[in-house]
Amino acid sequence: MPESYPREHIEDLVDDNLEWNQLHDMMSDFKDADRFQQVRDVLQERVDWDDPIIIPYADHLYVVAKPDGRWVIKCDCGHEFCEHDENWKMDALINVRDSEEAYLEIYPEDMHPHPDYMELREFFCPGCNTLLEVTNVMPGYPLIHEFEPDIETFYSEWIEEPIPTPETESA
Amino acid sequence: MSTEPDEGESFPRMRREKERVHGQQQEGVGIGWDGQTLREQFEALEERTEETGHYAGFEKLDLKQNNPIEYEQMFAQLRGDLVNARETSKEVAATPIVEQEGELCYGLFTPEGDSIAVSTGIIVHIHTMSEAIKYMINHDYEESPGIEPGDIFVNNDTHVGDVHACDIMTLIPIFHEGELVAWAGGVNHVIDTGAIGPGSMNVSQASRFGDGAYYTARKVGEDLKLYNSWKKDYPDKTRTPDFLKLDERTRMTGCLMIRDAVKDIINEYGVEQFKQLSREAIEDGRRGFRNRIQKTMLPGTYRGASFVDALYEGQENLTRAYANENHLMHAPSELHVREDGSFQVSFEGANKWGWHPYNCTPAAIQGGIWVMLTQTVIPNSNVNDGAYYSCDFHLPVGSWANTQNTETAHAYAWHFLVSAWAPLWQHLSRGYFSRGFWEEINAGNANTSNWLQGGGIDQFDKLHAVNSFESACEGVGARYVEDGEPHAAAIWNPEGDMGDAEVWEMTEPLPFLGRAVKPNTGGAGRRAGGAGFESMRTVKDVSRWLLYEMGNGYMTSDGGLFGGYPAASGYILNAQNTDLEERFENQDDYPQHDLDPESGDFESKIEGDITRRPEGISTPKEFDDYDMYLNYLRGGSGLGDPLERDPEDVVADIHDGYVLPRHAKDAYAVVVEKVNDEAKHNSAVQGEWELDEEATEELREERMQERAETAKPVTEWYEEQRERIQNEEDLIDDVKKTYESSMRMSKQFAEFYHEFWDLPEDFEFTLSEKAEKSLENRFKTGLKQKWDNPTKGHETWLGVGRDDEPEVPYTWTADRTIQDLPTPDASFSDTKAEPATDDD
Repeated sequence: MPESYPREHIEDLVDDNLEWNQLHDMMSDFKDADRFQQVRDVLQERVDWDDPIIIPYADHLYVVAKPDGRWVIKCDCGHEFCEHDENWKMDALINVRDSEEAYLEIYPEDMHPHPDYMELREFFCPGCNTLLEVTNVMPGYPLIHEFEPDIETFYSEWIEEPIPTPETESA
Repeated sequence: MSTEPDEGESFPRMRREKERVHGQQQEGVGIGWDGQTLREQFEALEERTEETGHYAGFEKLDLKQNNPIEYEQMFAQLRGDLVNARETSKEVAATPIVEQEGELCYGLFTPEGDSIAVSTGIIVHIHTMSEAIKYMINHDYEESPGIEPGDIFVNNDTHVGDVHACDIMTLIPIFHEGELVAWAGGVNHVIDTGAIGPGSMNVSQASRFGDGAYYTARKVGEDLKLYNSWKKDYPDKTRTPDFLKLDERTRMTGCLMIRDAVKDIINEYGVEQFKQLSREAIEDGRRGFRNRIQKTMLPGTYRGASFVDALYEGQENLTRAYANENHLMHAPSELHVREDGSFQVSFEGANKWGWHPYNCTPAAIQGGIWVMLTQTVIPNSNVNDGAYYSCDFHLPVGSWANTQNTETAHAYAWHFLVSAWAPLWQHLSRGYFSRGFWEEINAGNANTSNWLQGGGIDQFDKLHAVNSFESACEGVGARYVEDGEPHAAAIWNPEGDMGDAEVWEMTEPLPFLGRAVKPNTGGAGRRAGGAGFESMRTVKDVSRWLLYEMGNGYMTSDGGLFGGYPAASGYILNAQNTDLEERFENQDDYPQHDLDPESGDFESKIEGDITRRPEGISTPKEFDDYDMYLNYLRGGSGLGDPLERDPEDVVADIHDGYVLPRHAKDAYAVVVEKVNDEAKHNSAVQGEWELDEEATEELREERMQERAETAKPVTEWYEEQRERIQNEEDLIDDVKKTYESSMRMSKQFAEFYHEFWDLPEDFEFTLSEKAEKSLENRFKTGLKQKWDNPTKGHETWLGVGRDDEPEVPYTWTADRTIQDLPTPDASFSDTKAEPATDDD
């Protein structure tokens, strides 16, 4: 069990360059203690902006620290959605698949939901148009706020580190 | 092995144990430790656990700390013995369900019913067996019928501790010098439960009385011999008695092997060290779960919702006229990961149970979530009820997730259970993502269907039932780092397999015409969901034969993650009164597949009455020789934006039979060109394709532009939707009934719904008279609880959670809208209902 993987190995994980046997070993091994910090650091290097990443939030999305002290959800393209404890989907673009025709683009006939019973909501980043989430819900369902991380407890009690700020990161 | 002197009797040590227990009974000494009754011992354990926050008050793990090698040796030995018991006893069984699919597992439990160690297999039942043991303790089985050395107990009552009636469990107590030191338990999925329709999980019944035979934590033997009253009872309550007899011998074999293993370990290490190990292993499991969560996730709140359909409107052969309606399962799923790494799982907002066999009990939900966690959070051998002690479950009483009503049907509880778990995979994956453990991320699973079931007079002219477990092999949700595994396993059996066609044909009069990977079943995504597969079956040498389907149809239950699409939903394809026999005789073409439902290929190769409809459930219907049945096993959900998928991977998908060529363009914006008409890479399509890189690049750019042009800001969409909801436009009755059901069940969900859409306080959906009546009839049915004495563990769903729990939209309170029956004697018959059409 590695207490810590070499930096290059984590870069390969982030960049999707690991072979299956390497990934399988990572799944089977005990978990490395500094994974969060290593992945966060590699991601920080990969993005084109300087706001320090507090946590990776979802594929393409991060909670970052702004100079004015706010924590916001930001796409890797640079688009900023909202405060970290709000639902970023409210600030996204949406396309709803709720017709037979729209379903047939993705699924063969008879193998898709019935549009009266279920719709697919596709949420795109207004900055780069990347598809960030697809939800399958009954028509009329509220938007779900999927993830409200307890960042303070995570940093103070689980990894016992200060939460990154623009000051600490540039220091 | 045990070294018993041969005294000319089968179980001399058991006899001596029994004499000792009888002697103690005369002196008023219980079978618990240090002379306690089992009930006293159980209550003391619950109190110590609650007081200290550690299992059984074990704040220190002395054995593990002071003698770690021996601790690990003992645990590994027990675990090995349990796995050995499963692998050996599996060979006793005759059903492919057990022998091929491994639908069998064993557990070793403390006297109080907490699992110490488990075998491999369908370990969902480790916790259901735990509940069954606690039920016996809490309902004074020590007094009557007695718990003594050599006793044999059977349970399949879902309200006691089971998922559904077809999982029958055998439990035997293990004694040492007059004390109960452990329980051995084994469970397997049987082929037929004697339900109103043939098969283990019939779908046409409205209530428990059509589910089949229920055996409520019953003593069925003593001195390790089955009572004649049992041997003369259960075989007539199933269509497949010989299979069930062998299943029972399978479970007994395993339990006796475990009993011997415990005796050996006590002989080697002493009983006090065994007791110490049994306590410490569970406390170790409890701590291990929290440690793992703290190492791999983030604290906070994770939410999702899932749905699945159960369409009964217009179905034939229903047992009650009032069951003739459509049901939609609504599962709001909320996971709160506390600062100490423990879990609070809530289904607040779940809608009302229904007159269908997909209802759940807490044992089913808890066992179900537990088997999922063992495949993600604790993927190792150190699995036991310690994980259970780290999770609180808030399961609204009266909902489909916790009916607390012994009238409800549960034959295929998994239909709702599997669907309701879908968001939980994603909760965990969101945590893993944030923490950087990307190799653990999984978009979800498959809706584990279709279930091919039926029965009648088989090819051997015997009454028989079938229950194909090809469904133990479904596509798996996409991982972050790889595509989902195609036709791999089912969530309820991590070691599942599709089974050999030849073996199925030995026990089912349903010859295979074809079996192949089914395209477009896995969800699209940067990582594609694992593909499902299909089998084309015909029928041969039967009479009065019934078949039916069971699965999702109008809804897909497993959503994609991070921009991936949900898995495909199901459909039904049958052909009856066919010309298949003539085609065989003339050596003409006949359908072997239905890989592309739009192709017309199936219809072009068979004459007959063809039923093709986009639904997933049918009630038993008659089939005759040369009729045809498509068994379509689902795929897993996708992960990530499909436009980020490597275009070369899409070409490979076409050649592997995972994606139909036309969907390369539609779903992935990949342009492919057919370069060879003759090549045949898979059953789905003829030809070979190459990537047009330049055209793909252009198309992807166009697609991104289209997104920007056609998608609208959510704020704009919100206003349109709000108006739609207020005016109830384009919302069908089935959907509105589901919302109303959840809102009447849950004040919290009602508030959440009203607040989100900014609806007037008195807003309610207008329902049809039929829908209104359906809700009224079920809400008025009230509660009929099975447990007279709930355990402390039940308080998490019977009462309120911790006072300092953060506010979340669905969080449980005791303020229910459910209406209790006015008197203990009142029943559903007091309400206005349609007359019965059959006696279930």
